[in-house]
Amino acid sequence: MANAQPLLSVRGVSKAFLGVSALESVDFTLKAGEVHALLGENGAGKSTLIKIITGAYRRDEGEVLLEGTPIHPRDVVDAQKLGIGTVYQEVNLLTNLTVAENLFLGRQPKRFGLTDIREMNRRSRAILDTYGLDIDVTAPLTNFSVAIQQVVAIARAVDISGKVLVLDEPTASLDAHEVKMLFAVVRQLRERGMGIIFISHFLDQVYEIADTITVLRNGRLIDTVPVPGLDRLKLVSMMLGRQLESDIKRTIDPNTARSEPLVSLRQLGKRGNIDPLDLDIRQGEVVGIAGLLGSGRTETAQLVFGIERPDSGTISVAGKPVNMTSPRKAIAQGFAFCPEDRKTDGIISDLSVRENIIFALQAQRGWMRPLARSEQEALADRYIAALDIRTSDREKPIKFLSGGNQQKVLLARWLATNPRFLILDEPTRGIDVGAHAEIIRLIIDLCERGMALLVISSELGELVGYSSRIIVLRDRKMVSELTGDEISTDQIMKAIASHGATGEAA
Amino acid sequence: MKNSKYLPLMATFVVFVLAYIICISVFPNMLSTRVAGNLLTDNAFLGITAVGMTFVILSGGIDLSVGSVIAFTGVFLSVVLRDTSIHPLVAFAMVLVLTTAFGAAMGGVIFFLDMPPFIVTLAGMFLARGISYLLTTDSVPITHPFYSTLQDIFIRMPGNGRLTLIAIIMLVVFAVGIVLAQRTRFGTYVYALGGNLTSAQLMGVPVAKTTIGIYALSGFLAGLSGIVFSLYTSAGYSLAAVGVELDAIAAVVIGGTLLTGGYGFVAGTFLGICIQGLIQTYIVFDGTLSSWWTKIVIGLLLFGFIALQRGLMWMSERSARNKRHASAAQPSSA
Repeated sequence: MANAQPLLSVRGVSKAFLGVSALESVDFTLKAGEVHALLGENGAGKSTLIKIITGAYRRDEGEVLLEGTPIHPRDVVDAQKLGIGTVYQEVNLLTNLTVAENLFLGRQPKRFGLTDIREMNRRSRAILDTYGLDIDVTAPLTNFSVAIQQVVAIARAVDISGKVLVLDEPTASLDAHEVKMLFAVVRQLRERGMGIIFISHFLDQVYEIADTITVLRNGRLIDTVPVPGLDRLKLVSMMLGRQLESDIKRTIDPNTARSEPLVSLRQLGKRGNIDPLDLDIRQGEVVGIAGLLGSGRTETAQLVFGIERPDSGTISVAGKPVNMTSPRKAIAQGFAFCPEDRKTDGIISDLSVRENIIFALQAQRGWMRPLARSEQEALADRYIAALDIRTSDREKPIKFLSGGNQQKVLLARWLATNPRFLILDEPTRGIDVGAHAEIIRLIIDLCERGMALLVISSELGELVGYSSRIIVLRDRKMVSELTGDEISTDQIMKAIASHGATGEAA
Repeated sequence: MKNSKYLPLMATFVVFVLAYIICISVFPNMLSTRVAGNLLTDNAFLGITAVGMTFVILSGGIDLSVGSVIAFTGVFLSVVLRDTSIHPLVAFAMVLVLTTAFGAAMGGVIFFLDMPPFIVTLAGMFLARGISYLLTTDSVPITHPFYSTLQDIFIRMPGNGRLTLIAIIMLVVFAVGIVLAQRTRFGTYVYALGGNLTSAQLMGVPVAKTTIGIYALSGFLAGLSGIVFSLYTSAGYSLAAVGVELDAIAAVVIGGTLLTGGYGFVAGTFLGICIQGLIQTYIVFDGTLSSWWTKIVIGLLLFGFIALQRGLMWMSERSARNKRHASAAQPSSA
């Protein structure tokens, strides 16, 4: 076994985008008959590595060997032909075509120059039979559940490629029953000697199916370890990185803890997004949400802000129940929300700093009552000064500002509406160290002036620094609520790493 | 559930049968092969170009240029046959090469410049119409003896109806279109593009080749339709066939093809053409109705079919959701 040639080996692969390094000299080895989980938080380089292996990106440096031969896939189709198939989270099949057509698209059997539909259906049934799937292959794919579509996608990938199978978050939209079915298929493929790369945010599932785990963080390889005997806490700390400095905590005025909550969630939840949870947020309080990517953090914020509609529970604001069915209603209640991905959900890149700042306030007033230009300018200037937004002038298009300054403009946009309750989703992602500290100072400052804040962050040290309370989410469930002295990065990581049963008890 | 794919097609068929029953009950004379033969002859050019339009719409695109290409074809033929001694068959070949290349060029622009088909074919529409004006602004009669020969070809059907050459051409085009859509890789690729472009690309569909092929096919069939139109009218006129692209789109949609692409059948388009033809025939038989009633009824039918499609999609989404919930509620016994 020791000298058996690895199925796929990645050596010293690096990739940079516009000078920003996304992957630095990463090694990765996949053996035949192995399920190898690839773990890491956002920006760890997982998807970059996968895209290099599957031909979607070209590597800058390093080599990829398939069965000992260097490969240079030109595109996804080329990688498929070489033997590397991929199945994505949103199944990339064609739901308007039949199951058989999906399995054989581009390689339909022919007879007299025409597609031999009967032969195609017969072979499709034979293929799906090996997966224990007995379905009508002549029906359009849209008639079947996502889980079955996943299996069809896997069957196609295996049938075309047959050596390496990449499963990119295949279980994200499946329920427990469907995950079982999928895992049975994965185990069967492992027995057939395929190499399977498995990407998931669900640690329980990783422990259940994977033989080996490779952890990436910030584009670097952290470690490759066998699953048996791997301590969960160790795994989580590998993924998140342990903060070196001791936790610095803000002292909290004991009076706030006793005041009436401004926002109360009671059994608020949405199936498939986040399980029902209770939460109170008081004025002058920062509530932090911790958890791994995909644990339901953003989903929770979206429920509170009316972007997604809950299917259970209630929200009350200052004691009165509110029907939060749209962001407009949330804004009317004095809510504000800075989303995680400012590029797609936040800034309007061609508009100026001034226009971006007044945007939410203008929307709140209605377009029939425009802000006077002088008011707009005064407002923009005030926030540029207050938040120290570095821009040569307020009419500069926001796309020319750095990430940190764009983030501050977004904050200014919401602060201009004078909110009672501010939700920040990853406010410090992708901004430089100096701006980072300023944003944190601003969060503390807003809180001390009596605003209620809900902050989502992957930076645990930062969260510990400013939160009055922290709730920990895992696998779309709230597993723990930490207050006072319990708040520490250690406690958060323990809560994330805890098993299902102990987690619920905590 | 499986039949939901065929539901719009069946709805079209039901509408057609109902329309026919109404027509016959008012005018029993309409139940004759003579009327049927005339209906096919009168709509032959529209039917041919509608087959091309079906492929375009199935792929999620649109081709607004076909009416202008039909006019261009007629003008080109009439001018060439008037001013030169080229045989009509050679002229046919020349014009088909031109219109196919024109369609392929539009397909190329759509794919390589990543432009919306609506804008590209709108430009194509102006271009083809403009070139027709450039050739001549008059209505030029075609008097070549070969034309009379072609116009006299027909098959006598039982009941004394005539199946003319151009009606036969249309029927052949529909038959070939059905086989092309259902039984070839190209056909499946067309459906694939209409289903989801990203997925199609990831599954290895040659998107460039297919896109160019689709618009080349539409251009070729618009050219063929122009030849048939010149046989039908014995003339070429740069103002002819204005708005035919819209009639073709209407026939495709009434035929049950989803405007957003991915779902539909060439056979449905044939029924769509027949429904439009029936309405026209009814108005001719009645004699007192304004011919604009055709447009009114077509408009209402279009609304009806769009509502039907929306309703079907809504229903299938809902049933998919229910299925998910049902499976989630199942005990995990397996």
